[in-house]
Amino acid sequence: MPKQPPEVRRHNFNEVALGYTEEQALEEADRCLQCPKPQCVKGCPVEVDIPAFIKLLREGKYEEGIRKIKEKNSLPAICGRVCPQEEQCQKMCVLGKVGDSVSIGRLERFLADWERAKGFTIPERAPPTGKRVAVIGAGPAGLTAAADLAKLGHEVVIFEALHLPGGVLVYGIPEFRLPKSIVQAEVDYIKKLGVELKLGYLIGRTYTIPELLKEEGFDAVFIGTGAGLPQFLGVPGENLGGIYSANEFLIRVNLMKSYAFPEYDTPIRVGRHVAVIGGGNVAMDAARSALRLGAEQVYIVYRRSRDEMPARKEEIENAEEEGVIFKLLTNPTRFIGDEKGWVKQMECIRMELGPPDESGRRRPVPVKDSEFLMDVDTVIIAIGRTPNPIIQRTTEGLAVTKWGTIMADENGKTSLEGVYAGGDIVTGEATVISAMGAGKRAARAIHEYLMSKR
Amino acid sequence: MYEIVKVEELAPKIKLFEVYAPDIAEKSRPGQFIIIITGEKGERVPLTIAGYDVKKGTITFVFNEVGKTTRQLGMMKKGECIWNITGPLGNPSEIRNFGKVLCVAGGVMIAPMLLQVKALREAGNTVVTVMGARIKELLFFKEEMKALSHRFYVATDDGSEGYKGLSFLKDVLASEKFDRCIAMGPVAMLQTVCGLTKPYKIPTIVALMPIMVDGMGMCGVCRVSVGGQMKFGCVDGPEFDGHLVDFEELIKRQRMFLPEERLSALLWELGGCGCGAS
Ligand SMILES: Cc1cc2nc3c(=O)[nH]c(=O)nc-3n(C[C@H](O)[C@H](O)[C@H](O)COP(=O)(O)OP(=O)(O)OC[C@H]3O[C@@H](n4cnc5c(N)ncnc54)[C@H](O)[C@@H]3O)c2cc1C
Ligand SMILES: Cc1cc2nc3c(=O)[nH]c(=O)nc-3n(C[C@H](O)[C@H](O)[C@H](O)COP(=O)(O)OP(=O)(O)OC[C@H]3O[C@@H](n4cnc5c(N)ncnc54)[C@H](O)[C@@H]3O)c2cc1C
Ligand code: SF4
Ligand code: FES
Repeated sequence: MPKQPPEVRRHNFNEVALGYTEEQALEEADRCLQCPKPQCVKGCPVEVDIPAFIKLLREGKYEEGIRKIKEKNSLPAICGRVCPQEEQCQKMCVLGKVGDSVSIGRLERFLADWERAKGFTIPERAPPTGKRVAVIGAGPAGLTAAADLAKLGHEVVIFEALHLPGGVLVYGIPEFRLPKSIVQAEVDYIKKLGVELKLGYLIGRTYTIPELLKEEGFDAVFIGTGAGLPQFLGVPGENLGGIYSANEFLIRVNLMKSYAFPEYDTPIRVGRHVAVIGGGNVAMDAARSALRLGAEQVYIVYRRSRDEMPARKEEIENAEEEGVIFKLLTNPTRFIGDEKGWVKQMECIRMELGPPDESGRRRPVPVKDSEFLMDVDTVIIAIGRTPNPIIQRTTEGLAVTKWGTIMADENGKTSLEGVYAGGDIVTGEATVISAMGAGKRAARAIHEYLMSKR
Repeated sequence: MYEIVKVEELAPKIKLFEVYAPDIAEKSRPGQFIIIITGEKGERVPLTIAGYDVKKGTITFVFNEVGKTTRQLGMMKKGECIWNITGPLGNPSEIRNFGKVLCVAGGVMIAPMLLQVKALREAGNTVVTVMGARIKELLFFKEEMKALSHRFYVATDDGSEGYKGLSFLKDVLASEKFDRCIAMGPVAMLQTVCGLTKPYKIPTIVALMPIMVDGMGMCGVCRVSVGGQMKFGCVDGPEFDGHLVDFEELIKRQRMFLPEERLSALLWELGGCGCGAS
């Protein structure tokens, strides 16, 4: 797939991957074997009928093709861009066993982009059931649950705490990987299904869940509040100026569009030497954003080796092409500030890999007396996020795990009647598509619950 | 969209807004705050709730016109709408019968303090209030505060009205016993108050104003060190035990974006406000 060249794209926030042309899409679609027992579908958390949509695409029936995808997936333009396809559908594709698997994600993206360019058709809704559902959080889990419930004829209101809908899709994943106009378009589609969106409503504060059920007239609630609480290293000097959590950094850049400061009012300061701590997608996004904001050197500082990095391979490669420098087997031990309280140096220790730990990955252990200093003026900590605690703190009787995630069964049912949950708030940090899968299953379960309640 | 139903200029560059926001009004409690955003390109600005009227469906807040956003806000008129408001945020203040409470408020924070004083009075406390400002022109709500307090002091930094500075509190604290102290205002003032109450071991609650972005626990920019632990101002606060707060760190963190904020205000001034008057 064509991409912006690295030396160009490291100076702009425009989308990196440009998408297939019609010719390229048709050519790629032709490679699909239309397997009678397609393995790819098994790798898709929401069970998109992959061979069927590829067949329609190949026949030039784009409208039918996108309809086929949307039977299962309400956010195809998003998934086509950010799903870890190489770990899911494409990993299972038979062609992958002998060579290159079909680029299913790119084909999905092609059809979704085609539809958006032409304008959406709104599917039919079931007749109104008279039931009302409150969805909390407008991330992929909440949006999917809301869309499915609306199609089934329920009245749905989404309560989102931020002033824009999309969850991580708008506040976390940068514009150059997922343009915000696409998220907006897919949210508009969901609104056209009749879903009402209330922005600036922090549930737990503006209303609690018991209030939604008892006073505000909702028959069921779906919680899709994600994992938004940043973790810190807990080493000295972490509160110095210039040290951001990845969430803060990305919220400033993406949601508040600080890259366009001062046209947009929210500032961001990026120095010349930036260290991003962590090795996941979040770290890659932060590092690549820092480059685009004008940093001279951007380091990824990660305590294990490259093979253990949880980020998508494609994104690691993109970062490397753009000039991000990888400092592996390295861990910060303290931050040193200047007289104004701004970070100026970072002390690190070298690590080596010991035997595997509970996660199955080899455990990093510090190498004695290997401390060294790095000159940095900006540090971004991207070592993970835990669930938002506000709802758990304000909902009596809601069972929670020791990690702070909400306990829910396969269908999202929680310990409280009529209260369902799904996405990162249940699983901990996961993926867009798994959050959508959870939203879907919960919508089905909520529908059954509502219809049996009569 | 949230309609502004009342605008009042309390003092130079200090404005009171009453805004129609029934869902927020119903839930607001003393000590909580809101975040407003004036438009698509705007910043998220936290402001303390200074009043709420469930019947009218309104909330009140008072702000200082300091940087671009609050100055822009200050130009808005009755009948205009604020793009988005989130709230109420943060934990409500602990209000119960403590006995005798010393309330110290500085600058704009006099307004939300009035709300606290009212609540503390209703809970049966004896309330001694101190309101302070840089100069006497910046004092407001004097009569209201006086009417609600059992005893009432005024202080200004330059001594133009009432006491000069807060050092008079030394004598007050030496001569009578307080069960609790609450302070709201600029950090320097909070720090001074905490220094004064510490020798007497008076539990002292301070309302902190660290820089915030989301105000719901997601970004961590509002982190403050309290008793050596990292706390988030927006979800763990905004009120904390003042004797445990690391004020030096807070002051440095509040200044983090000063150059950018100055630039933003300057460019805005140069570009004018669009009203033709600048
Ligand atoms: C920087 C970054 C990059 C990522 N890259 C990828 C990727 O490339 N591919 C991939 O598959 N996954 C990626 N992920 C992970 C993926 O984005 C998440 O797994 C997914 O968004 C989870 O969806 P969700 O709906 O559960 O939660 P979220 O997307 O977190 O949405 C939750 C929403 O709920 C709102 N909310 C929270 N609390 C409340 C409340 N009390 N009241 C009202 N609203 C509330 C939040 O504001 C938010 O909008 C990335 C994550 C990050 C942070
Ligand atoms: C919980 C909380 C409650 C608050 N309540 C009120 C209130 O009731 N009334 C009111 O006038 N202000 C209040 N503030 C402060 C207010 O949010 C800031 O003054 C505001 O962000 C300034 O916005 P601006 O764009 O106009 O100025 P900016 O351009 O952002 O800044 C201008 C000046 O204000 C300082 N500043 C910026 N952010 C803050 C901050 N969070 N706290 C203190 N100083 C800051 C800057 O250092 C700079 O000197 C509160 C802040 C918090 C965190
Ligand atoms: S497994 Fe691969 S080749 Fe087979 S149907 Fe799926 S995409 Fe096509
Ligand atoms: S303002 Fe973001 S966590 Fe408090």
